Amino acid sequence: MTGVMRTTGVITPKDSLDHFLARFGWRRNEHTVMPGLYALGSPTGESPVFVTANYTLSFDALRKALAGIDAYILVLDTKGINVWCAAGKGTFGSEELVNRIAHTKLTEKVNHRSLILPQLGASGICAHEVKRRSGFDVEYGPVRASDLKAYLKHHSATAEMRTVRFDLKDRFEVIPVEITNLLLPALLIALPLLFLKGAGSITGLLLIILLGTVLFPVLLPWLPTRDFSSKGLLLGGAAAVILSFAKMRGDQSLYLFLYNMVAAIFQMAPWTGFLALNFTGSTTFTSRTGVRREIFTYIPVFAAMFILGLVLALAKGAFRAWGFL
Amino acid sequence: MTSYGKSITITCAKGDGNGINTLRYNPDLCTGCGMCVTVCPHRVFTMRERKAILANYEACMECGACQRNCPAGAISVESGVGCAGAMMRAALTGRRQEDARCE
Ligand code: SF4
Ligand code: SF4
Repeated sequence: MTGVMRTTGVITPKDSLDHFLARFGWRRNEHTVMPGLYALGSPTGESPVFVTANYTLSFDALRKALAGIDAYILVLDTKGINVWCAAGKGTFGSEELVNRIAHTKLTEKVNHRSLILPQLGASGICAHEVKRRSGFDVEYGPVRASDLKAYLKHHSATAEMRTVRFDLKDRFEVIPVEITNLLLPALLIALPLLFLKGAGSITGLLLIILLGTVLFPVLLPWLPTRDFSSKGLLLGGAAAVILSFAKMRGDQSLYLFLYNMVAAIFQMAPWTGFLALNFTGSTTFTSRTGVRREIFTYIPVFAAMFILGLVLALAKGAFRAWGFL
Repeated sequence: MTSYGKSITITCAKGDGNGINTLRYNPDLCTGCGMCVTVCPHRVFTMRERKAILANYEACMECGACQRNCPAGAISVESGVGCAGAMMRAALTGRRQEDARCE
């Protein structure tokens, strides 16, 4: 298709609903935009060309940021995946870009030869190769679409605009999908627990989910250690200690209190640690080398703690029978 | 490795089989175009005297953007996803770690 499609800078309630569902991972492959060339406002041969992915959140963030500007938007076919992940996969890549330029006959639409790409697409694009194969200069805009208007003033980005951040707002935005991802595994664990140990054990599970998917992302920068796994261990451990104090009863022996506390730490911390390790996939801060090291270091720790926690839970009855607690 | 001022020699020495990350940079090849400074989302590179230097080596998350866009081939990095879920899935299903991808 070589026709130019039309779009606007307006985000309708329908778009907002789509964004909401996309964040929850609802039908995650269906938040797509038709790939191709779009006209925003009334672009001329001199208007800038912006490139993005065919994921509604990516496309809509761009057109919203450009509202009021006459421009072309070239949407690449990334199979409904956002720019950053698609660049990592290579679908937001030089090949697709060069083909899409030819396919949409972009050279007939604009007189200049330059494209503005999101900076986070750079890991999939080779600018000098695109130049050689299509004649178009690749210009990397800011990381965030919301900085585009400021960027366009001088076509230069501040160091700030070039750096990824993981602000509270961004961390909140990943919570829904973290929860949805956990739903099925959590259910698989919850059902046998419910039969074996009754409703009381479910609170522990819910607490772990809350810690791992909500509190962990929110508290991330304030958790003192460096790698994600130990941050998760600390969070789970701290929660277990607090929980033990909350549950403390006056007539309890000190030994029983300490026993319960240690058991709670071993039962909760490995799970929150594991969820924290998994959280590396939701950030743009962890390298594969670093994550590999974390997996090799901490998975044995989690496993050992989990087994110890299980032993402590099972042995409690025996200890009490012998009069130790 | 030629030295272009103290900081480069030091950061390059750090970049050899250090286990921190796989980013390697050879300043001898650098033409000073500044592309790596532009594309890096963690400010790993900065320009000094028309050469790129590794200013923030540890922050690299191996996205590969600098390597792909360096016209001089001065940078190498084993890029891949820093995503534990994808890597563990790859390990469990017997795929190569290098093929680990986000779902
Ligand atoms: S691989 Fe990515 S994060 Fe690392 S230096 Fe290059 S551009 Fe920066
Ligand atoms: S992209 Fe390559 S040639 Fe350009 S400044 Fe960086 S290292 Fe030097």
